[in-house]
Amino acid sequence: MIYDHLDFEKPIAELEEKIEELERVSAKDEDGIDFSAEIQKLKVKCQEKTKDIFSRLNASQITQIARHPDRPYTLDYISILIENFQELHGDRHYSDDSAIVAGIGTFKGIPVALIGHQKGRDARERTYRNWGMPRPEGYRKAQRIMSMAERFKMPLLTFIDTPGAYPGVGAEERGQAEAIACSIEKLTDLKTPVISTVIGEGGSGGALAIGVCDHLIMLEYSTYSVISPEGCAAILWKSGDKAKEAAEAMGVTTRHLSGHGLVDTVIKEPLGGVHRDIAPVIDSLEGILEAQIKRLSGMPVEEMLEQRYQRLMDYGKFTEK
Amino acid sequence: MNWLDRIIPPKIKGGRDSGSGVPKGLWRKCNGCQAVLYAEELVSSFEVCPKCDHHHRIGGQRRLKSFFGATSYELIGEEVRPLDALKFRDLKKYKDRLNEAIRKCDSSEALLVAQGTLIDQAVVVAAFDFSFMGGSMGAVVGERFVRGVDRAIEERIPFICFSASGGARMQEALFSLMQLSKTVAALKRLKDEAIPYISVLTDPTMGGVSASFAMLGDVIIAEPKALVGFAGQRVIEQTVREKLPEGFQRAEFLLEHGSIDMIVARSELPASIHRMLSSLYFEPRSQTRVFA
Repeated sequence: MIYDHLDFEKPIAELEEKIEELERVSAKDEDGIDFSAEIQKLKVKCQEKTKDIFSRLNASQITQIARHPDRPYTLDYISILIENFQELHGDRHYSDDSAIVAGIGTFKGIPVALIGHQKGRDARERTYRNWGMPRPEGYRKAQRIMSMAERFKMPLLTFIDTPGAYPGVGAEERGQAEAIACSIEKLTDLKTPVISTVIGEGGSGGALAIGVCDHLIMLEYSTYSVISPEGCAAILWKSGDKAKEAAEAMGVTTRHLSGHGLVDTVIKEPLGGVHRDIAPVIDSLEGILEAQIKRLSGMPVEEMLEQRYQRLMDYGKFTEK
Repeated sequence: MNWLDRIIPPKIKGGRDSGSGVPKGLWRKCNGCQAVLYAEELVSSFEVCPKCDHHHRIGGQRRLKSFFGATSYELIGEEVRPLDALKFRDLKKYKDRLNEAIRKCDSSEALLVAQGTLIDQAVVVAAFDFSFMGGSMGAVVGERFVRGVDRAIEERIPFICFSASGGARMQEALFSLMQLSKTVAALKRLKDEAIPYISVLTDPTMGGVSASFAMLGDVIIAEPKALVGFAGQRVIEQTVREKLPEGFQRAEFLLEHGSIDMIVARSELPASIHRMLSSLYFEPRSQTRVFA
């Protein structure tokens, strides 16, 4: 399979094209020439090149991988991890928001509630999903599912993958700020375990609105930040071209964030990123989710909430004089 | 400092604006109606234009003074000071930006928190200072806010917040985003204790501040014409590619769309909030409510 390649993956793309071409030629096998040794050599070379490039990724390249058009989205994870998934729609006030999917299902036999940002794969679906940028209705639907999770004692699993909440006229008119604030408030003391996984982009308040949790998981090449690198560059550098510098300065990658204790578990991705092979990531994710649900469910609710509260209180460094 | 600066006595030097000939600080122009006003007048009206009622931005210390009047107040969490944990640097170093802000403002950070008395009611007040790095919320703002809320819970007295902020402080990266959940979690405990929280939105209240505690008040008040919203106007314009309607994201727009309870002029805020707090019943310490 040929993937969409990012600019820094160009040397990999060239090698992969060559391999593909040789394989095509030898499949025809008209002249009876054996290319298998050559193909094998190229494959090794390609593997080494990929390893080399991926061992030296900078923050801005990782941001590109987090936004990769082939990267698995929330519904991809749900379809593999969850049985009997039933999507639920609507905020009961105004409309449904397809940038956030929510529903119920079972995970390894345990009834769970699910909320996640959803991006679209092709042009039509991207528009339908609004590029994963929720409107207030999305957050209000999420709040409805949060309440259900609490009432029916279902652990809540959330999947984060958004550039941010939608900056639109209607979204403002219908209270985007209030919708995000209320989602955050609800999660701070939701009386059921909450486990969040950043699978792609963790963009600002629009991400945090479904990301206040007892355990935060991030995929290796996902990002999490207070503002997009482009937005940060436009404001602080007064130039959108400085997104690379902004991504680096904000430390949006898992390596930086786990170094500061902001992430609980980082799931390693296969060489080249999770879009090349979702299986090992699913394996890890499944194990961590199961262990965390077990740990949190085995705890008195009051204790779990107190721990969640203390986690929140510990965020941020300051001095006292 | 050049040779001329060195030989002119400071009294003469400080008293004149370069070139204009008008003593600096004597006259000021209103940002609303452009009227030239006697500066003293603006100071005594807490930055509200006597001609057009335009509410200018006001610093943290003066906000507290305007609200508490002549009565004294005690600062809470003043000892909490910023730390550049990430060694952040954009065009300038974060450390330098902080020092510049501290030099320029009468506040030690973008948020001042104080306990004082509103007429006859003890309250905790949090006041943002927009002139301190755009009132942006970092770890210090979050921590001071929480200490203020904790005091209100401890003393069982109402909590009032005057917000004026561009949002989360980018120089503290993800730590600043986490202040949204930190402040909201503390407020939830205040709510669960049935202690009133009044949120006053002043110009401007945007981004991470509006998307957290600012929009969660039992009562939400805005000052006239205050700009309040989640996304900045430029970002929205670029996204929807059209000019925004007149008055978009202003206090009056929010009132019309059901996002806030009322608009109250700065001079009326103490009386108006006091009146509301007298109606909102909350149990003082070690007393239980008795229904007649």
